[in-house]
Amino acid sequence: MLRLEARRHDSTLMALVSPLIATALTLVAGSILFSLLGHSPGRALYTFFIAPLSDLYGWTELGVKVAPLMLCAAGLNMCYQAKVWNIGAEGQLVIGALAGGYVGLMFPDTQTHWMLVPVLGFGILGGMAWAGLAAWLKTRFNTNEILTTIMMNYIALYGLLYAVHGPLKDPNGYNFPESAQFSEFVTLPVLFPDYRINISILFGLFALAASWIVLNRTLPGFQMRVLGQDQSAAAFAGFNQNRIVWSVMLVSGGLAGLAGICEVAGSIGQLVPQISPGYGYTAIIVVFLGRMSPIGIFFASILLGITYLGGEMVQMNFNLPKSITGLFQGMLLFFLLASDILIHYRILPANRASRVHS
Amino acid sequence: MSIRSGEIHAILGENGAGKSTLMKIIYGVIKPDTGQIIWQNKELAIKGPAHARQLGIGMVFQHFSLFESLTVAENIALSLPEENFPSLSELSKKIIAISQQYGMELDPDRHIYSLSVGEQQRVEIVRCLLQNISLLILDEPTSVLTPVEVDNLFKILRLLASQGCSILFISHKLSEVQALCDNATILRAGKITGTCEPKNTTTENIARMMVADDSAISHSYPRAQGKAIVLQVERLNYQASAAFAIPLTDISFEVRAGEIFGIAGVAGNGQAELLKLLTGEFIDHSDAIIYKGKRLGCLPPSERRRQGIATVPEERLGRSAVPGMTLAENNLLTGYTKGLSNRGWLNWQTIRRHTDEILQSCKVKSSGSQAQARSLSGGNLQKFIIGREISQQPDLLICSHPTWGVDIGAANLIRDELIALRDAGKAILVISEDIDELYQMCDRLCAICHGHLSPVGNTDDISINLLGQWMTGEFNAIEAVTELADSHA
Amino acid sequence: MDIDLVQNILYASVRNGTPLLLVALGEMVCEKSGVLNLGQEGMMLIGAVIGFMVAVSTGSLGLGILAAICAGALSAALFGFLTLTLLTNQVATGLALTIFGTGLSAFMGTGYIGKTLVGLQPVNIPYLMDIPVIGKAVFAQDLLVYLSVVIFLLIIWLFSRSRYGLVIRAVGENPEAAHAVGLPVLKTRYLAVLFGGGMAGLAGAYLSIAYTPLWSEGMTSGKGWIALALVVFASWKAERIILGAYLFGFASILHLIMQGSGYDLSPNILSMLPYVATIAVLIIMSRKQTMTRWLAPKSLGESYRPQS
Repeated sequence: MLRLEARRHDSTLMALVSPLIATALTLVAGSILFSLLGHSPGRALYTFFIAPLSDLYGWTELGVKVAPLMLCAAGLNMCYQAKVWNIGAEGQLVIGALAGGYVGLMFPDTQTHWMLVPVLGFGILGGMAWAGLAAWLKTRFNTNEILTTIMMNYIALYGLLYAVHGPLKDPNGYNFPESAQFSEFVTLPVLFPDYRINISILFGLFALAASWIVLNRTLPGFQMRVLGQDQSAAAFAGFNQNRIVWSVMLVSGGLAGLAGICEVAGSIGQLVPQISPGYGYTAIIVVFLGRMSPIGIFFASILLGITYLGGEMVQMNFNLPKSITGLFQGMLLFFLLASDILIHYRILPANRASRVHS
Repeated sequence: MSIRSGEIHAILGENGAGKSTLMKIIYGVIKPDTGQIIWQNKELAIKGPAHARQLGIGMVFQHFSLFESLTVAENIALSLPEENFPSLSELSKKIIAISQQYGMELDPDRHIYSLSVGEQQRVEIVRCLLQNISLLILDEPTSVLTPVEVDNLFKILRLLASQGCSILFISHKLSEVQALCDNATILRAGKITGTCEPKNTTTENIARMMVADDSAISHSYPRAQGKAIVLQVERLNYQASAAFAIPLTDISFEVRAGEIFGIAGVAGNGQAELLKLLTGEFIDHSDAIIYKGKRLGCLPPSERRRQGIATVPEERLGRSAVPGMTLAENNLLTGYTKGLSNRGWLNWQTIRRHTDEILQSCKVKSSGSQAQARSLSGGNLQKFIIGREISQQPDLLICSHPTWGVDIGAANLIRDELIALRDAGKAILVISEDIDELYQMCDRLCAICHGHLSPVGNTDDISINLLGQWMTGEFNAIEAVTELADSHA
Repeated sequence: MDIDLVQNILYASVRNGTPLLLVALGEMVCEKSGVLNLGQEGMMLIGAVIGFMVAVSTGSLGLGILAAICAGALSAALFGFLTLTLLTNQVATGLALTIFGTGLSAFMGTGYIGKTLVGLQPVNIPYLMDIPVIGKAVFAQDLLVYLSVVIFLLIIWLFSRSRYGLVIRAVGENPEAAHAVGLPVLKTRYLAVLFGGGMAGLAGAYLSIAYTPLWSEGMTSGKGWIALALVVFASWKAERIILGAYLFGFASILHLIMQGSGYDLSPNILSMLPYVATIAVLIIMSRKQTMTRWLAPKSLGESYRPQS
């Protein structure tokens, strides 16, 4: 038998290694899964993880998937640093898309790219408002933010359905539940002609960099981290808990809203019933896998972005359901949580005496 | 070590000497690495608490092992063997019978949370008595009791011993051991350093066995006379809003520059609330706190710190310091009000340098400013925290239990620091349960009980007996003091 | 409103509330032992898909239900191993379980979308079902509804009369003290977690085998989360959970009633109702905040590592 012994110091080495262990374990579990389904694991894993990146098109598509993940994860990271469990990025993303998209649709005749500013602005504001509502519920009534944000995800989704089935439905759309196409003036500029990747990836990178500076070099970032690790120490130090909750919620809501409006004003081009394949939820995994550090999040969002592309690839090549993406993401998170035990504990055989601490 | 039947045997030692660990091994909570336990002439391995109880070993823990939301009877039922799980009404009758037999009143239907600490201890003892025990272990049983309750406890223990039950009494208080115990085993740093008959051994000799070097045993400090009033509290009232909080009634006192003012009292009598009102974590609606001549009103904690009020709360990890953060970050925790942050921007180099200075000046043993707070021993962490607060050059330092659970060396260093701060003309307020410490350091003293404050007197004019009476709420014992004070004048 | 309509509303409220009742009861026992399992939604989905698959392929509804319970318990065992043995954070692990369950169920159920099944039929109790107004709601339900009420009564008994109930409460309040008096902390928590998983699996099977009989991705539509709120709302009391579950059952059929009575409101807006109601309930509960904190198991959500 094995037993756990608490480390005196958290292991920084293990903190870096455990995401790699988790990824490796996911690959092992994935190959077992593929063999059980009767496919060669090597070929399947190649198709899932490598093939999507074999050409420029693949890399640019990765950028399309990674941008919303980075935006959502950068914001969620701030929340989780402060132990504010915002699970509502998905809903905030949808409301952002809805709010920004509404503005874009209201002025179809505006012939200037400046129109993007209010469109993106309202996207951000929409996400902020949706998250702010949860922040208000938490600070005013002390309701559990996990439950309220989840509930608001469902409400936001039905709100979007209502909009595309009702007021925002394209009158010339053959009764499809979709809005009209956005004009080229409210469409995000692409980075390379003929590819879908657009400037939203730059927003994502910028958000990550900014969040690093806030968390590591400013007092408010420090306050978030203290509140997350030790509420009673934060109270003792005189940090205003409500203000911290409000700021992290507004920031993460705004970033998720930006991700939403960038999706519809970017690669989608109109409001549709399904805007996001669960970016808001996947971003949660990204944050954990990225060790709650902006640099780690950068790499984690690339890996999770690949799982989206890989899901599409195996669907085409092996006729497996696309939902295998969700399965891989869930496994990854499980393995990560299990590997994280190595940061705080060392594993020893049960009969070996513990190492003496001096 | 060995213990005979009907003997009251003390286990003496400083904090961290290994007393609790040893007892938990005997009770089966922790398994020993090597060695043997011989119980009634048979060597055996105790498999767990349930097994220990079966053998006739009972234990009263330092932090009670009771369940607050359950009733007395339910709590006791849980520790009885599963096979003969009694009906609660039957058990209640038994509980009443036993508690009357030993002169301890106990209502089996009350919930634990509604009981006083002393009553909770009775529940633990009754729980042990119900199982025909022949060895009762008590871990620091007096640390939470008032002097009167201690006397009652001793009566019960003597009665038990006279009936043939052996008692292991763990303590670090010499006077109690001398009053109660037949024999004593002394532990230091996990090793037995001696045995003695406490009634026939001098305090100094026992103390020498408990601590390593002689010099550390006791320091004495000259008293000081306070000057200008720094903190004045005028009829402070506080209605408890949170559950379990103690309301405060008409608290009035003042702390002067250049003195140490002490508030004695058993934990849970309103000290925590008073502390939070002073630091600004709780809002004082009666606006009764005056600092340097200005009412503080609802000034937030950060502003109070900026104006020179520093605080050292009782809990080190999880309040004064964040366990998982480095010492540098923990320095910033309160230091941000005093120049460690530049308009919200942080310069970690400066912060680390400043932290290293504290570590040096307070002789903190650690691997440097990047060590996690939880990797430090209690004494070293407390030295760091006191050093951090003093480095902010406060005009008023509020300390709660400054040397609680700290080894003697660190305790002396901390007291030296506080006295030095006092002699530099700063005001210090010490809230503590440790009466010896208060007598050692404080220039003026009072006690708190049920949210009421006793009269205040010069330390040298207050006898330990009087302070004990104040701690139990008998404040009209005041006359004795004023007379004394008059005669001094 | 005529009596028939009231009767049908009551009937549908109970039917709709039953999955909530099952999950919430399971989660309540789990939380009483001090473990917060946010994976209810995921376990329900796994139960729903496995139950449906087994029922379709074997043709036996009973086997389907049994398989769903086992699947729920198995996924709970995974959660238990991570949080109780490996001491991972319960909130994060519960979220992981929901994400994993959503992905796994979608993956496994792909081939079963659109398949049909003759679902569980009501068991009408003669004479009693003809009692006006409540007869149909109480005495003309399917077996699982009756089973859920039996489980409810068992849980009431567990926490009021039995030693096991005391042990669960003690472990949930103060695991250190429970260990010190010799109660099996880990075993109790594992069993509570497994029970919670089994109940979530059963609730999932109720949806896919009795309620709709079919499988669709994400068909629980947040019921696992609503159940979590319900436990808080009921302040960890079984008798309030049953009441709350049926009330929510009523709220989620309200849009059908409104449409039936000719109100012209978008179904998408009306579908928001249960979620809005959940938030409202959480707000109401927070007004009695001190009381809630009181009733909540003290060690809820905290890892416990036995000394050894």
